[in-house]
Amino acid sequence: MLLRLLQSGSLWFVLSLLPLLRAVFLLWQGELVNPVEFITRSSGTWALVFLLLTLAITPLRQMSGWSGWLQYRRMLGLYAFFYAVLHFGIYLWLDQLFDWAAIVRDIIERPFITVGMLALLLLIPLAITSTKAMMRRLKRRWGLLHRLIYPIAILAVVHFWWLVKKDLSEPMIYAAVLALLLGWRCRAWLFGFTGRLKQQNVRAHSPRRDPAG
Amino acid sequence: MLIRRPGDILPSEITPKDVFLNRRQFMTAAAGTALLAGEAAAALKGIPSRYSASEQPNSRKEITSYNNFYEFGTSKEDPARNAGSLKTRPWQVVVEGEAGKPKTFGIEEILKLAPLEERIYRLRCVEGWSMVIPWVGIPLASLLKAVQPTGNAKFVAFETLNDPKQMPGLASRVLDWPYREGLRMDEALHPLTILAVGLYGEVLPNQNGAPIRLVVPWKYGFKSIKSIVRIRLQAQQPATSWNLAAPNEYGFYSNVNPAVAHPRWSQATERRIGEFLKRKTLPFNGYGDQVARLYQGMDLTRFF
Repeated sequence: MLLRLLQSGSLWFVLSLLPLLRAVFLLWQGELVNPVEFITRSSGTWALVFLLLTLAITPLRQMSGWSGWLQYRRMLGLYAFFYAVLHFGIYLWLDQLFDWAAIVRDIIERPFITVGMLALLLLIPLAITSTKAMMRRLKRRWGLLHRLIYPIAILAVVHFWWLVKKDLSEPMIYAAVLALLLGWRCRAWLFGFTGRLKQQNVRAHSPRRDPAG
Repeated sequence: MLIRRPGDILPSEITPKDVFLNRRQFMTAAAGTALLAGEAAAALKGIPSRYSASEQPNSRKEITSYNNFYEFGTSKEDPARNAGSLKTRPWQVVVEGEAGKPKTFGIEEILKLAPLEERIYRLRCVEGWSMVIPWVGIPLASLLKAVQPTGNAKFVAFETLNDPKQMPGLASRVLDWPYREGLRMDEALHPLTILAVGLYGEVLPNQNGAPIRLVVPWKYGFKSIKSIVRIRLQAQQPATSWNLAAPNEYGFYSNVNPAVAHPRWSQATERRIGEFLKRKTLPFNGYGDQVARLYQGMDLTRFF
């Protein structure tokens, strides 16, 4: 019963909305001294968290040997896109007041905004091609296209790193998690454990359950 | 029909005006005593000043719960949470250097150097937000004149307390401690420049830089150094903390200037805390009429 609930997509769908609901609640409460700063930071932080969660699916699948993790990946990726779009929308409206000349100047002149903008732009094709139909239509090219998630995640961490005034401790945490997630893949590539198929082959020949672990 | 509720005040209960005024005098006199006793939120009234802005001040809660005071942590909420460990009595301020009469002042002596004034000032943070704050304080000039600066005194250097036992944020190497700031002598002697000891008619809360802090309203907030223990008059321009941390981002002068962007963000606009939309940032934070002449002939994009 509990396992079924945990495995049901709708539970994770609702959980993923909690950051938004929390922000709405805090805004409604009216206790935030700088509410615009809070929702800007919060939406950006959660976009990054969901990006990293999306990237955690493959290592989780490989470590646990359970391919069921895959069913959550699309939703997590789309939530990263959702929070990133909120983040950008808040910037356009409440920070720049739709002053397009200032926005263009900002994107060109300020490296942290340039990389953030680039990350969001690269997310758009991934969001558009996230449907099953698109997956079928693009075939092998779909997987190739969706490798864009790696540069996107790096750009997102750099965006956070460069906007911080002085105390880098928070962006460092995200950089470390990203390094771990990408490092896992590098290791897997180096040792040749790229996918489920190969891993199963290895498993068939080896008495150890998880040769990569 | 007029319904008189029991809570209504009877005319006979209203304090006669002369008694009321007397009480006010008593309160002003008592303020110093209360300060000595170190009572929390003791009254500390200042006389109104012509230098006060006419804008509506931010709420006490906004001013005391959203602070940058890295000695107590780098998030805006940290100072209000952590500054309780700061002991503001007894407190001494060493005033030294190019002075005829260098002296170590107790905080009580400083309070008696000049009548306390209420100064309602705009504060513009380099991060792009601003507030209007009703400080209580004395002109910095009244302290400096008391030590008789020599002809060599061209700059004033300030230092914040550097005690890891009272300030948990010092454990982090985020800045090179102690926090240091500086002014040119003419900036320091300008009548707008004050040493604040109170806020909203009460003793300055710890998170706002108790017991004594600088307020220079035409410069970015980080110039207004908190919890001062040392003031040094000197011939050379002093090193300042944020300039040491990022020389290309924070200059010695750091005058509020919408025309000179921070390398990573624009300074053209600001978010006044409590307002929904951003407003335009004014040169010298709106104090140009009083201070622009100090910088005549200077290239403010170079001396940012």
